[in-house]
Parts: sequence; structure tokens; C-alpha cells
Amino acid sequence: MKYYRTHVLVCVDPECLKRGAHDIIDALQDELVAEGLIDEVQVLETSRIGGCSEGPEMMVYPEGVHYANLTVDDIPYLVEEHFLKGRIAQKLVMPIEKTVDEELSAPTAKEIRVVLRNCGVIDPENIEEYIAEEGYMALAKCLTEYTPEQVVNDVQASGLRGRGGAGFPTGKKWQLARNSPTTPKYLICNADEGDPGAFMNRRVLESDPHSVIEGMIIAAYAIGASRGFIYCRAEYPIAVRTLNIGIRQAREMGLLGKNILGTDFSFDLEVRMGAGAFVCGEETALMASIEGKRGEPRPRPPFPAQRGVFGKPTNINNVETYANVPQIILRGPEWYASMGTEKSKGTKTFALAGDVKHSGLIEVPLGITLREVIFDVGGGIKEDKGFKAIQTGGPMGGCLPAEYLDLPMDYEALTAAGSMMGSGGLVVMDEETCMVDIARFFMEFTQDESCGKCVPCRVGTRRILEILQRICNGEGREGDLELLDDLCAEISATSLCGLGQGAPNPVASTLKHFRAEYEAHIKEKRCPAKVCKALIRYDILEGVCTGCTVCARNCPVNAITGERRQTHYIDPEICIRCGICMQVCNFNAIEIN
Amino acid sequence: MTVVTRSNQPVVDVVRQVIERHGATKDELIPILNEVNQLLGYLPTEALHLVAAEIKVPLSQIFSVASFYNMLSTKPRGRHVIQFCESAPCHVVGGRKVFQALQNELGLTSGETSEDGKWTLVTTSCLGVCAVGPVLIVDNDIFGNVTPAQVPDILARYH
Repeated sequence: MKYYRTHVLVCVDPECLKRGAHDIIDALQDELVAEGLIDEVQVLETSRIGGCSEGPEMMVYPEGVHYANLTVDDIPYLVEEHFLKGRIAQKLVMPIEKTVDEELSAPTAKEIRVVLRNCGVIDPENIEEYIAEEGYMALAKCLTEYTPEQVVNDVQASGLRGRGGAGFPTGKKWQLARNSPTTPKYLICNADEGDPGAFMNRRVLESDPHSVIEGMIIAAYAIGASRGFIYCRAEYPIAVRTLNIGIRQAREMGLLGKNILGTDFSFDLEVRMGAGAFVCGEETALMASIEGKRGEPRPRPPFPAQRGVFGKPTNINNVETYANVPQIILRGPEWYASMGTEKSKGTKTFALAGDVKHSGLIEVPLGITLREVIFDVGGGIKEDKGFKAIQTGGPMGGCLPAEYLDLPMDYEALTAAGSMMGSGGLVVMDEETCMVDIARFFMEFTQDESCGKCVPCRVGTRRILEILQRICNGEGREGDLELLDDLCAEISATSLCGLGQGAPNPVASTLKHFRAEYEAHIKEKRCPAKVCKALIRYDILEGVCTGCTVCARNCPVNAITGERRQTHYIDPEICIRCGICMQVCNFNAIEIN
Repeated sequence: MTVVTRSNQPVVDVVRQVIERHGATKDELIPILNEVNQLLGYLPTEALHLVAAEIKVPLSQIFSVASFYNMLSTKPRGRHVIQFCESAPCHVVGGRKVFQALQNELGLTSGETSEDGKWTLVTTSCLGVCAVGPVLIVDNDIFGNVTPAQVPDILARYH
């Protein structure tokens, strides 16, 4: 295997490509070959370095130097200075403030990276690099030293719980599938990460697919499955590609297929793509989709372990659950159980999004508080504005206000607080967020994604949405809030699957913690956060306005009138609250009421 | 009557080739429809009839699957499809203003195709690139950290 001493990442986003990024890469490779450096310096294509208008650009590691505004003529000089002589080519350097933080480049002190350990460090399209990082050692250990029963025991002892959201003990789930007498048995990986704001699974699939593949092969051995599917959402084409390459390479090495590693255990895997339906993340809907049907859930029992896909025993786990397995086998279940809380063991990945300074992926031991995650790991609220709420667990989760900041992130604690762990999406909201608007927003999503099979969800979520829309439009009525309380309770109790059962959570939690905001919308026809369009007006301040006419000229609906040097006026009947006037005003003469 | 699609091959040929690649079984239905949708730009009725006949599943079931999934379209789409993420993380970082700008610039709202057949605008749920929201995709190109001012420039790149 080649060891490179230097890595050059050249950005090939559309902007950089237009400016000649591929010519730069060609020139670079030619020059490296000419200087005999091609085996020491690796050139890689990457994306979103951040200095787009200064492209073509590249990052050079291990120094972490950013070169920009490159031309083909710069390349010989760059190669000679930096790669031959070991001196940074200063005249080509352009310091950038990272405007694009896809993920934190180095884990902060509070993070422990188990699932994410290889991400960004190895080449996902090269199985040898995974193997060099102890890859497939766990599988070898299982096949040569453990019985399937022992593997199940290890996973049970680790305390690993399903990372997709429900948190069911994984070892127990495997035991149930193992106990089922029918064959053939199937193994499925749920890679339909649909929660808005969650992209942890995407990162693992794109950057370390073998951790998932290995975890699945071990699981298949444990339960006695002969065939597996990775159901990956179609919105993740790169993940699909990386998985397919990984599977092919694993097969070539005898790690998948017949007689794995020369034993009599055989198992094969294929990728199935989704087609854009959030509900297919629900395990029974997912299985229906694999069978070529509409993604409609069905009641359980029977559970997949007894009768799953194609009517056979099936074990379904989330991407992250499988990705933990090789490490648990290699380092032992006691190591895993030493992290986390009493009932929530191990680490969990989270995706921090919204109004937080450092958004991106993190992995922390369970039990860490919300405050630590938002302020220590996440760096606090953007522009140091006030914290208003955090939504945990995706669109079926609840919104928690500041009183809950010291809540430990563990399955039971979050559920007791009216939210849930979910897949790990965390949306942070600052003081300028309207919680009624947010509730409406999430309800729009769940309404849209409802499969339509059961009445409580299909009709109930629509009714909730209608009420919320009315409230945001200034047409809220006395009795609306009580009606919402009732509807939420009913729909949660009677829906067929997790989507319907969880859909009212954002509404219920905002009603509980932010009731005053709802009341302001209904009784005073006022939106305290100044977000709901029908309840705000843009006003021009007399005395501050200079009559420069810039706003009137930029208004897309001609809602502003006024003479030169006279205070202008915005007609609230015509105004569409787009905010352009406020953006273009040079005198801060426009305010929202 | 020939149906206008993104491909220059007749619908019949495209569908037959796809089915041959995947195998004519019921559980390959979604991969088949996905690929046909990709190649033709949408799923013409003719294609659905063909698939029903080849994999021996009633047309009603094929249609029920084709109409269920967001990424499959039974209506023709424009030459360029713009998908705008309308999920919460993009929304709280300014997504609403970007969507407004998109609608103003195109004169379209979600689900509509322009008269000249150039653009289709659809909203999509989370694309999983939340850290660089607001996000929009034109065909297969992803644009992140989009501001309203950038919208005309982004659209101008496509003919």
C-alpha cells in the first residue's frame, strides 16, 4: 500500500471547474511525475474549500496551507518550492476564514469519535486503507474465534441501542432474529436518513462505508442471514456510489459472497435506492419498498425478526448501529459500556444545524448535556444572539427551551422531557425564531410525507396544519389551542406508525413551552418574533427616512410611495414582506412591527 | 404519437433496456422506475404500460408506486429541474428569503414548469447537506450557502 507524505486537495466545484481546476490537476500531476514525486504526493479532488471567487484553489496537508488564484504557470514553481524544497510558496498563499464548515476539522475536547473515526482520514474508495486501520479484523475475530451466540452476547453486553431513533437494545434485536427458525434470513441496513437536519449517516456512508459493511457481515453471521440490503435514499447519490464500490472491493477480497475468509459462512449484500419518501425510513415501510410496493407501514406484531421482508425473518438496524459493531468486537463490550449513562451506553453522532456557530457533525458520549453540546462543542449561538430553543430528534422530536439546557442527552431523559433522541438531528433556534411558525413548518413536512394509510395521521395532521396556518395568518380563534391539544393527543395515541405517533410532538412541545407565543398570535394578532408575514408590517420611520427613493425603486410590488426628500410610505395592503426594502435602505429607516 | 422525453431513443427501447439490466421481477420495480425516470426525465404513461406488461403486475399497482414516491414524476418536467430544500435547518438560516427570490426570478411556484419548458421548480425534503444551508440543486449540481442575491447568477448558468 502506498504511503503519501503530502496530500493536495483541489477543489472541483462548478465555480472552480469553470476557472480551470482540471487543467491545474493535470499540470500538477504532470509536474509531479516529471519530478519523481508522484508516489509521495497524492492529488485528490475535493469540494467546497470556501474561497470560490479566488479559484482554482487547493489545500495542502499536513501543513493545512491554502493556495488560491492558481494558474497552470504557477504549478512548476509550487511543486519545486513546496514539495521538493519543503517551503511554503508564500506568494500563492491566500488565508481564508473557513466559510464552509462541513464538519469540525478536529474533534473538540468533549468529543470521542468512534463511528466517525475514519471519516476524512481514509480514502473511502480504497478498501486497503480501511484494512490498514484495523478494518475487517473484527470480522476475522468473529469468524475464527466466536460462535454466533457469542457475538450476540458481546453486543448485548455493550449496551448498544438502535441509533436510528427508537433505541431498542441491539443485542436483544439480534437474539430475536437468531431465535427465529425460518430461513432464509435477511439483514437490512436502514440508510434512508430522512430527518431534516440529520446527515450523520451520509457522512459515514460516503467516508467510511466499510465500517457499515463489516458491521453488517458480523450481524449476518450472528443471526444466520444469507442476504442483505442497504436501503439508501436516492438523495444520497455519492453514498450509493461509495457503497457499491466498497461492496465490489469486499467481494474481490473474499470478505463478501461465498465462504467468507475461507470459512463456511456465506453472505452477500446489495444496495437498494429509495425514491424520495421519508416514510420509508420506518422499518415496515422500508421493507414494503424493497418488495416493490408503496412505502406503507403495517402493524407490528409480527415483528421483522419473525416475519420481515419477503415474509422471512429480518434484522433491520440503522447505519450507525452497524458502524459501531466492529469496534465493540475489537475493543470489547466493557470498553463501549464504560462510556455513556446507565441505560444509554456508548457514543452518538449528532448533526448540529441552525443558528449555531459551528454547525456540522459531532460525536459525543451519551449523557453530555445540551448546554455542553450547544455552547462548548457548537461554539454558541451565531452572532451571540439569545438562545431560544433546540429541537432534538428530527421532525418527530420536541422543542426544548432554555430551562432544559442542563438535560443530559440520554434516551430516557429526552423522552421524559417531551422530545426524543431520534436519529441525532439537532436544530438550534435563536431568539428571532417564531415557535408557531416552526411548529407549522414541521407539520407541513410530516403532512407532506404522511403515506395516507391511516386516518389519524392522514386527516389529523392536515387538520392540525390548517389550524396552525390560520394562526400564522392572523386568523386564530378562541378555542384553537384546546383543539390542538386534543388533536395532538388523539393522533399520537391512534396512528399506525412512528410518523403519525410522533408528528404532533413539535406542536405539543411548543404548546407546552411557548404557549404565550401562540396566545399572542391568536388574541393580539401579533407575532412576537416578527416572523409571521400576515402579522407584521414594515414601517418607514419618519425623521430617519431621507427620501432617497432607493427602497421604492427596489420594491418588487411597488408598495412604496413618496416624493424625493420626503418620508416614504409602505402600503401594508400591497407589501409582501419580502424584506428587500430593509436590506437596501442605507439609513436604517425601516423597521418591522 | 411520439412522446417528448429527455432521451433521443424511443420510450420502448429505453424501458426494455432498463428492465433487461435489472431483471423483470416485482421487487426490482422501484429501481426500474428510478432509472427510467432518470433517462426519460419522467415516467410517460407508455412506459408504465410497458413495465406492467413486462414484470406482470397490474398497471394500477405500477401507477400507485409511481405516484407515491417524490422523485418519480408522471408529468413531464422542464429541461432543468430545480430542487429547493424546504426543511427546517435550511429554513432557519434564511431559506425562506432564498425561496422567495427563486419564485420571483422564475415566475413559478413549487410543482410548476415554465411555459417554455426550461425550468421545473420543486421543493424537496432534507438533502443532508444542512451545514451549508440554504441549499438548492439544479439537475445534479448542488449549491450551498445560497443567498437571494446569488439566485439570478445561478440560474444564468443553465441553458
